[in-house]
Amino acid sequence: MNISTANKQTNSGWPAGSASAPGVSGLLPVNFIINGQQCSLHLDPSVSLLDALREYIGLTGTKKGCDHGQCGACTVLVDGKRINSCLTLAVMKNGSEITTIEGLAQGDELHPMQAAFIEYDAYQCGYCTPGQICSAIGMLNEGHAETLEEIQELMSGNICRCGAYTNINAAILQVKQEAGNE
Amino acid sequence: MNKFTYADVNSAEAAINELTFDNGTKLIAGGTNLLDLMKINVETPSRLVDINRLPYNKIEQLHDGGLRLGALVTNADTAYNPMVRSNYPLLSDAILAGASPQLRNMATNGGNLLQRTRCYYFYDTATPCNKRDPGSGCSAINGINRIHAILGHSDHCIATHPSDMAVALAALEAVVNVTGTSGDRRIEFEDLHRLPGDEPEKDTNLLSGDLITSIDLPAEGFAGNYKYLKVRDRASYAFALVSVAVGLKIDGGIIRQARIALGGVAHKPWRNNEAEGQLTGKPATKQNFQQTAMMILEGARGFEHNLFKVELARRAIVRALTEAIGKEQMQ
Repeated sequence: MNISTANKQTNSGWPAGSASAPGVSGLLPVNFIINGQQCSLHLDPSVSLLDALREYIGLTGTKKGCDHGQCGACTVLVDGKRINSCLTLAVMKNGSEITTIEGLAQGDELHPMQAAFIEYDAYQCGYCTPGQICSAIGMLNEGHAETLEEIQELMSGNICRCGAYTNINAAILQVKQEAGNE
Repeated sequence: MNKFTYADVNSAEAAINELTFDNGTKLIAGGTNLLDLMKINVETPSRLVDINRLPYNKIEQLHDGGLRLGALVTNADTAYNPMVRSNYPLLSDAILAGASPQLRNMATNGGNLLQRTRCYYFYDTATPCNKRDPGSGCSAINGINRIHAILGHSDHCIATHPSDMAVALAALEAVVNVTGTSGDRRIEFEDLHRLPGDEPEKDTNLLSGDLITSIDLPAEGFAGNYKYLKVRDRASYAFALVSVAVGLKIDGGIIRQARIALGGVAHKPWRNNEAEGQLTGKPATKQNFQQTAMMILEGARGFEHNLFKVELARRAIVRALTEAIGKEQMQ
């Protein structure tokens, strides 16, 4: 499905974005594959990837916390790697494949990390949760976290002000162990 | 954030042309520090030139047994590179002690070296800062200066360099490869960053139009006896109050070669060749390490809120040396 600002498709399940039409002075064409869907936009170069996702594409699952790379709420997967979407410009990720919290479930079937977060009650207010889940998936892909201590260290870029860390770690450990048993 | 134009380039020549054409132009690679500073109007470039497509994205072995780290390789890919991990674990540990995994997946090696200080007043455009606004004054000297320098500072600036990676590179005596308007050149790591003096707005000795292309590591990586010790306010994801990078060569309990670099204490990674030389040939004893620490910190001067750093640094040096040697080899 092609999501384009020139031809907004509100039947995609995504709200119509507010990006300006192509050809307007100063705007640059940006193409992503977001959660498996082609997405074409025209954006001012100052728009962060986070703002592109939330304000122009309508994917508000990714959260804006500090907007300075300190809290991790905006964590998404770009070409499989977890990054802070607040500290990169959308135009710099032209051509990239982006996975957000909205893209993890297969239909009604939650991603194992989402299911584990529910099972272990790994949140309170939930604001940091999309970033925590994307970060945890990115971390397991990276393959450097073996122990609880390593998980704690390699999840330190995601702050939870409710203090749900104990259950977040338990959820991640569970997914890691399940993946190891397959 | 101010309005700016954006372009990406395919060659170093194009990047250098962009830089020389308009001095409001900044290069962007990882962008983690530049965009952070642009959001608060500390950096206000009129144009950003994206250099991510330049061919500086490899880690290659050098003929002399060393290793060349491309400027655009991410901090994460560098720290986890098998050759870096086995031959330069000091560098790997230092990189992994810095920032967060997300930031290390974005930040590049060149950009890491060029990151700006985290002095609170540099970040606060409502206050004077000689680094941000030359001639306006230093708010830190008589302000909240807990994270600030104890060595090499001036009446104009007491900021510290925030990089962990740079501290390890100083200890390893890396060489920075640069290309610019007058061609390619090599800069000894010691000469890349500078002390603030009366021009604190200059973090480095790079010239306008310069582009870091790679970092060369010498063959000797001190993989046998090394330690990166970072002391900070929380266990992870915080800048160093004091850090120590140690690389040693030892033989029968005698120090044959010592490299000691400090982070979090000065405008650049801090080394003292005299202190390193004085330790050479001596047995690895706590007393000798304490003497070395005193020598490195000679002339250290703190301010109202960071006086603790002098004693903290002294103890951190002794501990890092002890851990680099291993307790069983202490004399």
